Amino acid sequence: MIRIANAQGFWGDSLEAPLEQLRGGPIDYLTLDYLAEVTMSILQKQYARDPQAGYARDFPQMIERGAKEIVERAVKVIANAGGVNPKTCGDAVAAALERAGYRGRMKIGVITGDNILSRLDELIARGIELRNMDTGEPLAAIRSRVRSANVYLGAFPIAEALGLGAQIVVTGRCSDVALSLGPSIHEFGWKRNNWDLLAAGVVGGHVIECGAQATGGNCQVDWETMPNLAGIGYPILEAEPDGHFAVTKHPGTGGRVTVAGVTEQLVYEIGDPRVNITPDVVADFTTIQLRQAGPDRVQFWGIQGRPATEFYKVSISYAAGFKAVGTMTYGWPDAYKKAKMGDQVLRTRLERLGLKFSAIHSEYVGVNACHGDLLSGAPAPDLAEVTLRVGVRGNDPAALERFTREIAPLALNGPPVVTYPAGGKPKVEEVVAYWPALIPKSEVTAKVTVKEA
Amino acid sequence: MARVQLRQIVHARSGDKGDCANIGLIALRPEDYPALVEQVTAERVKEHFRELCRGRVERFELPNLHALNFLLYEALDGGGTVSLRTDAQGKTLSAALLRMEIEV
Repeated sequence: MIRIANAQGFWGDSLEAPLEQLRGGPIDYLTLDYLAEVTMSILQKQYARDPQAGYARDFPQMIERGAKEIVERAVKVIANAGGVNPKTCGDAVAAALERAGYRGRMKIGVITGDNILSRLDELIARGIELRNMDTGEPLAAIRSRVRSANVYLGAFPIAEALGLGAQIVVTGRCSDVALSLGPSIHEFGWKRNNWDLLAAGVVGGHVIECGAQATGGNCQVDWETMPNLAGIGYPILEAEPDGHFAVTKHPGTGGRVTVAGVTEQLVYEIGDPRVNITPDVVADFTTIQLRQAGPDRVQFWGIQGRPATEFYKVSISYAAGFKAVGTMTYGWPDAYKKAKMGDQVLRTRLERLGLKFSAIHSEYVGVNACHGDLLSGAPAPDLAEVTLRVGVRGNDPAALERFTREIAPLALNGPPVVTYPAGGKPKVEEVVAYWPALIPKSEVTAKVTVKEA
Repeated sequence: MARVQLRQIVHARSGDKGDCANIGLIALRPEDYPALVEQVTAERVKEHFRELCRGRVERFELPNLHALNFLLYEALDGGGTVSLRTDAQGKTLSAALLRMEIEV
């Protein structure tokens, strides 16, 4: 049995969780997921400005803080912190180990080959159209606006790096579940056609990949009595060679590992549950068996898989205009009425200025912002306050800039009893949109490099 | 037979993939699962979310987990990074579904 601890559900998750996972009890592997879809385009932008950037800087900092436990207790660490520059991230990890006094003690594996940005024209020229999986449009339609293009690699390159002796593995884009599936493949010798075992590993990875969402965080069942949320433990996957798994957390930590919470995580961000496509296997989520096997321990087994497809998924980001969002908060009495009048005044002024937007959207926080008008029902009769939140989207940055100057004046020249965030006008942001596509696996080669730090 | 709001008999979690939101709906007690299968249909969920969801709704069954998974297409005003909504990633849509009433 191996223990795989996850300590990062997204870039921005708890900075303390990795250290608590290292110090709270025995673990064999520590996995950290830093890459959301939006992250790759941000990192690509940083890399364009500075060839030494483009990776998750939190990761080498975490390695430096946790170096003692990682080295002395031989915990292996796997992270997709490499972003669009895994090699430089690997160098930064080596430098972090040196600063912590562990020079020459560790091997670092770096996985590349996921980044196909520089190959797009060549691929398109050879007839690989990278059509949008949702709309069917070929990538050529937005080629000039592409910001990043990364293939979701599978778990086998990670297993290969571990096999070559890597103790820390840095990847670019790979499937989220690959971070924990890689160790099982390496430790148990699972083969590329062990579909049921690989599918079990996918389910295990899915359970822990969002961090504390598996241990009582964001859980709707009995949330009011959730013990010690402030000290919530992050999930630990106990993987067996035969595909039996359990999820638990370190003793004495907060939160709760229950069938209810694990089930919420299993159905989180899935599509057709019979066809959960990953680079390594197609997992069937309708075959999962679950049971509470003790306090803070849920077992799952019986998982079936089918052969992987001939394609990798590619995540492409592209520039798609601009947006800006402004808010004004109106106080009692008649807060909602005032906010609605503020919205009308603002819209009339935007119209008179002749500003063109592709979308304008108003919400009333406290009344309808989460669920819309239809489902939120009638607002309470006399709310203490309501925040008007107006967003606009469009292709003309000048029109967006002008919009940001029309919000604050409402404080003096609109309906009364109003306050607004310090810091003045809202910011205009570039919109980066996503283009999911498929690429034949034969077009992509993962490269694994392992060297001493 | 009694009419209940789903919040009394289920729990749920929702998230996003592009402009598509998913809502996983789970029976708190296995004995209520058949009523969910029978009454919380894709058509009803589409009707429920008609203001927010401009596309179709698909439903999948996970009887092993006493759960249903719904995919709501074109439900996030363009998706996470494009959307102008507070809830651009559909995180609270799970709870919005709990407002629906069924007979048990």
